[in-house]
Parts: sequence; structure tokens; C-alpha cells
Amino acid sequence: MLKIQRLSKTFGTARAVDGATFDVAQGELVCLLGPSGCGKSTLLRMIAGLADSDDGQVMIDGQDMTRLAANRRPTAMVFQSHALWNHMNVAQNVAFGLRVRGLPRREIAAKVTTALDLVGLAGFGKRKPADLSGGQAQRVALARCLVVAPKVLLMDEPFSALDAHLRKNLREELKALQHRLGLTIIFVTHDQEEAMELADRIAVMNVGRIEQIGAPDRLYLEPRTLTVARFIGTMNEGEALIAKGRADWYGAEVTTRCPDGPAVILCRPEDFDVSATGIETTVARVIDLGSVLRVNAVTAKGAALVWLCPRSLAPTVGSRVCLTPRHLHVYRDGQRLGTAAPIPLALERKRSPA
Amino acid sequence: MTRRRSVPFGGLLIAVAMALAMVGPILTVVIWAFAEKWRYPNLLPTEWGLRFWGEMTSRETVVTPILTSLTITSISATLAALICWPAAYAFARLNFPGRQLLLFSFLAANAVPKFALFVAIATVFLQLGLVGTMTGVVIVQMLSAVLFMIWIPTAAFRGIPPALEEAGFDLGASRLRVFVQVTMPQALPALAASYVLGFVSILFEVESALLIGAPTVTTMPLLLLQLSAQVVVQYAAVLCVMIWVPCFVLLLLTRRFMSAKGIAQGFGA
Repeated sequence: MLKIQRLSKTFGTARAVDGATFDVAQGELVCLLGPSGCGKSTLLRMIAGLADSDDGQVMIDGQDMTRLAANRRPTAMVFQSHALWNHMNVAQNVAFGLRVRGLPRREIAAKVTTALDLVGLAGFGKRKPADLSGGQAQRVALARCLVVAPKVLLMDEPFSALDAHLRKNLREELKALQHRLGLTIIFVTHDQEEAMELADRIAVMNVGRIEQIGAPDRLYLEPRTLTVARFIGTMNEGEALIAKGRADWYGAEVTTRCPDGPAVILCRPEDFDVSATGIETTVARVIDLGSVLRVNAVTAKGAALVWLCPRSLAPTVGSRVCLTPRHLHVYRDGQRLGTAAPIPLALERKRSPA
Repeated sequence: MTRRRSVPFGGLLIAVAMALAMVGPILTVVIWAFAEKWRYPNLLPTEWGLRFWGEMTSRETVVTPILTSLTITSISATLAALICWPAAYAFARLNFPGRQLLLFSFLAANAVPKFALFVAIATVFLQLGLVGTMTGVVIVQMLSAVLFMIWIPTAAFRGIPPALEEAGFDLGASRLRVFVQVTMPQALPALAASYVLGFVSILFEVESALLIGAPTVTTMPLLLLQLSAQVVVQYAAVLCVMIWVPCFVLLLLTRRFMSAKGIAQGFGA
């Protein structure tokens, strides 16, 4: 459906987007996720044709779009600022794209009504954009795009100016619309929760490069680079030296199949078990998240670890807890090497005479 | 919490003096326009009336220049707008080398004594046979409007978020269509203001009209010049008031674009 190949853009000496390559299937929602300034908006604008690319190719339905201006591409974009025209009413805003295409008046009116209906704003046609709430304005902006039936819908942080509750509702509505209409969407966001919730696949971007693209659970369970590991979810991070397949991680002995050498080893907060031996920590703070507790624990050497603890185990502040990492991720030179695990009890016995 | 601010007496005095200095002459002209007899040492005219208004509006030598002026000014201001507004858009949106310098040059051109500039233009126009023609006056007077018609619209265009235009372009509209249907309506108040200011500055322009137009093309300010040289003050006064009132009303409408901020924005501040 949409094929991006080696798309690049340089501003002065800075590579804003560096060789972006990925495909988007019909009816798929792909999130471009990354910190601000990582090039995700520039990439989106190049797909829309609103920014020129220095190199690479954009193909939609097998047709090369690279040389086409934005007004010739079968894409439509929802902007962060909603970008509604305040000198037109809602219906006129939505009708714009159809008027440009020279459709008969009656057909335009019918399509505008349908589009406003779709986004839950039936009867809002006569209102002025200035009289709309932030959420309503963004729905109108969405309707304005949907009405021209774009092959690819592009959304540039459309909900980031709205409050959290509204944002969540709009996400769900967008997801429902995507399934109902079979929309192909590229959605730019810096909010990983938003990306996890919306996306069929997420492309994590950092300093102009796509670090990894995959389903949300793949990114979470197997981050391919250290950047992705750090960016998606929370990680406890420690440097360690792997020797003969073993390493010492905050005092816990772990085993791995990764080659010997220095490594960065990470563990998710939910991947700790309470045990008799392991990392000795003191509980510094307990934060109640409702379904679980987030425990800030400090090791003997003063390193801070985050542990997501079931309610049943609720520790008190100041108490001592021994933690064993159940599942660890091993990286070297920013790339994933593999996993590590605690040394099985049987092995431990063999090793220590006690 | 409200605090009463005491008005410094000295400041008030200066303010009153300045207001008198500015309004005084205009007031005098207005009084003269309705005075039939006003001799020293009377503080106000001894006889009021509209006699001179009747005389002025019935004389063809008065009516013709006014019509000439309105015609020339309308054409000149409209042409200036057609040239300057797109240029202002380019200044606001495009980043080309020398942009800032060029924008600044409009100010520089205004710092040159205009008369010298017009003499230079007159010599060129003489060769082209434009001296003493309406066309010649229309062309040369456009210069008077350029400043307003570049600066104010540049600031206005710059104040329009690019996403508004991009949204139109993205939905399939051509650049021209986006400019006419999105950009222009957004900038309309400022464009209207720049038109009015340009119009009025052309209407009152004397020097180029004198050099290029005279003696065959007599514009309204040239007539005023002639009348001012006469013994009867009232003719000039009546003409002044006749023109001043509508222009003043128009200018009042544009005053919010005449803020220091608006002009500074035109400069890219």
C-alpha cells in the first residue's frame, strides 16, 4: 500500500531523517514514535509532500509519489493545531477538499453530512471553528480529511494539545473508525502510551533513524536497540562484564549465552521476584498505582531500582527486600545481544560450598 | 486591590500643550471653512456661514481636480496593491537571499529626499512621453503607497500559521486557490488597512504630482496649493475640511494596524 524507501532529509548539516524504510499495509495504523526533534514530523511531512526529500522514494499503491506536490498526493493530514479556517463554518471547512475536486453541490452536502456524522458532530455544520472545544475542532479536522477519502491518513500529534481524558476517548474513537472504514493511518506521537494503545505497529525513531519497527508487544518484549529499550516502558539499567557466560548485576549473579565482554544489562520493573538471596535492597518509597505498587528500592551501594510489586507483597518503607531479576536484556554497543536469567538454584548449590 | 494614581501636574501640562499644538491648527482650518468674516482681534469669526462651500462645490475648476484625484488615486492604489501584496506574501513566507535587506530598502528609499527621486524619474518619464499625462501620475504616485502596502501585509501574512495554508494545499488546492481562499480572508483586515493608508497617502501626495502632472493634470493637492496662495483663506480651508473628514474616518478604522508592533512585525522583529 504505502512503501517508504531510504527517505532522507538534511537540514544544513543535521540529518533530520536518515534512510527511513518501511511499508504500511492497507488498513494498518503505524505510529511514528520518538522524542521531540527525532525527525518523525519531518518524515510525515515528506510522505504528505509538504516537505521535500533529499533522497529516497514514497510509493502509494505502486505509484511513485516522490516528485508530486502535496496537492497531487492521495494523502490527507490532520495537524496538531487542527488548522481549521476560522473564516469558514464547520461545513465549509469540511467541504473544502470536495469543492476543490469540483463535485456537484448536492453531493458535497451529502458527503459533509456523512463525515460530520462519522466523527460524532452531526448538526455542527453551521458553527464557527472558534465556537468549538479543542476535541470538537480536532474531530472537524479529521472529518475534513476523511471526506476526501485519502488512501493514507496522516496525523501529526493530533491529540497532544488536549487533556488526558479527552485524548483517551479520541484514541478509542479513532481506533473504531480505522476498523470500520479500513483506514490506513500513519500517526505521529511522542507519547508511548498513545502509540501502544493505537498502533498495529510502532516505528521508534531517534535522531532521524528508525530504530525498530514492529508490533507494540515485540518492541516491549524484545527491544532491538538500547535506545528502544530505554524509550519503551521503564527499565532498570546496569553495566556489567560478562565472563564465561556469567555476569554480576547489582550483586545478583546471572547467566547468559551472549559472548563475553562488557555489556549493558536491563531488567523491567515487573521482572523481579522476591527471594531469599539476590539483590539486597532497602525500600525507599512505595507508590500505589492501584492494581500494583511501584517500589523504589535502593541497593547497598546506593543504586536505585524500580520494582512493580503485587499488592499481596506490599513492603513497608525502610524494610529490607531481596530481589532476583527473572528476565534480563543484554546490549553491547547499543545493539541487542540476547537475554540473561538468574542462575538456577541447582547450579548455585553446586558452586557455593554452603 | 486598586490604587489611585496621582496625575503629575507637569505631565498634564505638557500633554495639554501638545494636544493644542496638534489639534489647534486643524481647528483653525475647520473654523475658517465656516467663517464669513473673521478679523483681528476677534477670537472667533463674527459671521458664520456656508457661502464658500456653495462657491467651491459649484466651481468646475474645483470639482474636476477632485474627480481627477479620486480617479488617479483609485487606479494607483489598486495597482500598487496588486504588486505589493504578493510581494509582501513572498517576504512573509519565502526565505530568499537578501530578503531582509530588500525589506529594509523600502525604508531606505523613504529616507531619501523624495523630490530628488522624482526629478530623476521625471527625466525618464520625459523621454517616455509620460510627463503631463494621467498615466505618468498614476505610475509615479504608486511609490507613495509602497511602504504601507508592503509592511502591513507582510506582518499580517507572517501572523497566519503556515499549517492553515498547508491544510488547504494538502487537501488538493492549488497554491493560488489557497492564497485566495485561505490566506487572503485571514489577512483581510490588514490588507484593507494597508489599502486605506496607501490610498490616503497617494491622495495627499504633492511633489510627484507637481513634477509629473503639472500643468495639464491638476490633482486635488495641487489645487489646494494654488488656493493657498490666494488672499481668501476660506477656499483652501473648505477644500481641506472636505477632504480631511472622510480620510480621517478611514484612518481611524485602520489605527489598530498602525501600532508599533504591527510595523515592527513587518520588519521581522
